[in-house]
Amino acid sequence: MRRLSILAFLLVLSFGSLSAQELPYFVTYSHHMEEPGSLDLETKALAGTPRDGNSFGAAALEFEYGTTAWWTSELYLEGQKTAQDSTIFTGFRIENRVRPLMREHWINPVLYFEFENINGANKSLLEVVGHDGNDDLTGANAEGRAEKEREAELKLILSSNAKGWNFSENIVAEKNLKHAPWEFGYALAASRPLRLEGGTRTSPFALQNFAAGAELYGGLGDRDSFGLHETSHYFGPSLNWSIPSGPTITFSPNFGLNDHSAPRLYRFGVAYEIGQVSRFFGRHHQGVR
Amino acid sequence: MVRRLTLLALFAFSTVLYAASNGAWLNKVPQPERARANPYAADGNAVVAGSILYKRDCASCHGDDAQGIGRHPSLRTQRVHDATDGDLHWLLTNGSLAHGMPSWSRLPDSQRWQLTRYLHSLPIDASR
Repeated sequence: MRRLSILAFLLVLSFGSLSAQELPYFVTYSHHMEEPGSLDLETKALAGTPRDGNSFGAAALEFEYGTTAWWTSELYLEGQKTAQDSTIFTGFRIENRVRPLMREHWINPVLYFEFENINGANKSLLEVVGHDGNDDLTGANAEGRAEKEREAELKLILSSNAKGWNFSENIVAEKNLKHAPWEFGYALAASRPLRLEGGTRTSPFALQNFAAGAELYGGLGDRDSFGLHETSHYFGPSLNWSIPSGPTITFSPNFGLNDHSAPRLYRFGVAYEIGQVSRFFGRHHQGVR
Repeated sequence: MVRRLTLLALFAFSTVLYAASNGAWLNKVPQPERARANPYAADGNAVVAGSILYKRDCASCHGDDAQGIGRHPSLRTQRVHDATDGDLHWLLTNGSLAHGMPSWSRLPDSQRWQLTRYLHSLPIDASR
């Protein structure tokens, strides 16, 4: 097992690593796709203490692959640990994002399709939809685990770049494939690198390697009771640091904006991009000369 | 019939690839974009800054020396050299998504202009 780990580590190192400036978002998607042939490995961790519940820590391990320059595919594996309870695997998601327009516009749409097979104990909060709230984070793991959630999720991603800023808006529609009405949610975000010009220093602490922003996300009820009421909403500033030839580290404290939300959540992410992993599989993308 | 259709599809596909590798993207650059002046044209540091950005964002595909890797093309060609700053800036902004070149609009405008300066500073490799 140890040998296998070392081999996997060496394999990762043998590919070129990238550290392109990532956006400091945990929930919101922008129109920026993964570079074709590159694999982005990312851990999105979340910690919090819901009202009348035990503290928990959840993690989603994300594999993001640039299938083409206009199509990105992802796989998430998720789990959580709740204090005075167990540590469990809570499911997986497969998603695809497609850019229908081949050029840059004022507003750039992206279509997002996801299938998720998770259970009721999932606490990754990669989106908030319907009437999701504090109470969904307080149940015992054994009970939540028994509740299967096979869901299809659609997102319309709109994103713009202007004067160094990125503005992204997501509209979410999710449907449990067994029953239950369509549920809706939203996510909004804005961010900007701390320095717009590239510097002449190669220091990892150069300001161009940092980006700051903020996210606002929450539920919009369901088909039968659409609106901002009886659901949770969160807001949080975020900061990331893209270490040259290394990982990107992102942190964001999120604050619940109403009584249905958990009071505070802390998000932490580490992303490492492996450049041109497709070379390993003998697949190359046609370039532009 | 199937064979003919397959041959036709192959011909069409190779035509697209040929067009892509022949700098067809240059024909798509709008004239106002092509004529844009590089705000970093007189900035001596822009080439150095651009080289750092190149290593971070471009080298994994085009190589540390910009000679290209596999089917990812060399950037030390006459075509890149002859392209205007506006042409290269437009390509970095929009990419050529259908042909595998991603958009780099995630980079601030100033960084794309710095990259353009760096690309134009590269010596031409006559064998390409």
